[in-house]
Amino acid sequence: MAEATGLRNLQIVDDWAADIEVFRGVPWGKAMMWIFLLSDTFIFTCFLTAYMTVRMTTAEPWPNPSEVFALEAFGVPVPLLLIAIMTFILITSSGTMAMAVNMGYRRKRGPAALLMVVTAILGASFVGMQAFEWTKLIIDEGVRPWGNPMGAPQFGSAFFMITGFHGLHVSAGVIYLAIVAWRVWRGHYEQQGYDIVEITGLYWHFVDLVWVFIFAFFYLW
Amino acid sequence: MADTGQQHPISVYFWIWALLFVFSAFSYMVDYAGFQGYLRWTLIIVFMMLKAGFIVAIFMHMRWERVALITAILVPPGALLVLVGLMAMESDYTWATRILYLGEDPAPVPLPPPSH
Repeated sequence: MAEATGLRNLQIVDDWAADIEVFRGVPWGKAMMWIFLLSDTFIFTCFLTAYMTVRMTTAEPWPNPSEVFALEAFGVPVPLLLIAIMTFILITSSGTMAMAVNMGYRRKRGPAALLMVVTAILGASFVGMQAFEWTKLIIDEGVRPWGNPMGAPQFGSAFFMITGFHGLHVSAGVIYLAIVAWRVWRGHYEQQGYDIVEITGLYWHFVDLVWVFIFAFFYLW
Repeated sequence: MADTGQQHPISVYFWIWALLFVFSAFSYMVDYAGFQGYLRWTLIIVFMMLKAGFIVAIFMHMRWERVALITAILVPPGALLVLVGLMAMESDYTWATRILYLGEDPAPVPLPPPSH
């Protein structure tokens, strides 16, 4: 059958059917990180789907995120100002991470470690801004997981659950980056190579990727 | 041991970096300009998918990986689209039920008196 349809010649069929390792040429750490990220994708999508469901089913009006998350700048309320800044910070950190991976494979471990530290600092500032955002929402706007003065009570639970879980991922990523950066700086990976920087980068880019979806579905929708 | 990892020219990353900034600015402008309805949703989804695609393809190096890895990672999330579709269908029904039975009817029509 396979011969008849020419499937034998397809690389993917060969990889999956050859009775040897499937992900040829891919370091194990990287394959495992991808599979972990796949499972994380399912978790985040379940949260976002739950949010979609409560938002579609509530008979009360949904608070307008554009107004809820507006900030005063120079006396004028600007919609989603803090969220926009957080988005740009996370994208910038993704860029510095990509540079770190590149430097790692060039075996410039000083610049690689430095770029990872910059990435971690940007990530930490993202978490700091998120803490500010949560404080403003809880203290000033009176948003709680079970209700808020602006409309559908599900707004609070969806917001705290989704951004909280994402913030937890960013915080864990900052720690992860700091540890790997320290070890890169110390020359710990000179023997085994710098795949670890790319694997750490995969996790970090994933955190940015999730934010892209949260930004679109929660803040802009 | 030789590195088995991905190595690509730095200029590729700079281009994608710039593109992500531009797409983020565009999607922010959608809100700032106050677009509503289908135009808003289409623009938000398009910019979101473009950003997500470039992050996965370039920053996470997916476009340079072997097809075996690409399919193993990108095909399973298709199940999630089915979940989203199912939940969306169910949501319409739940919402309609809530409006019918829990919502406040502005002009209630009294039930006819029992006929027996």
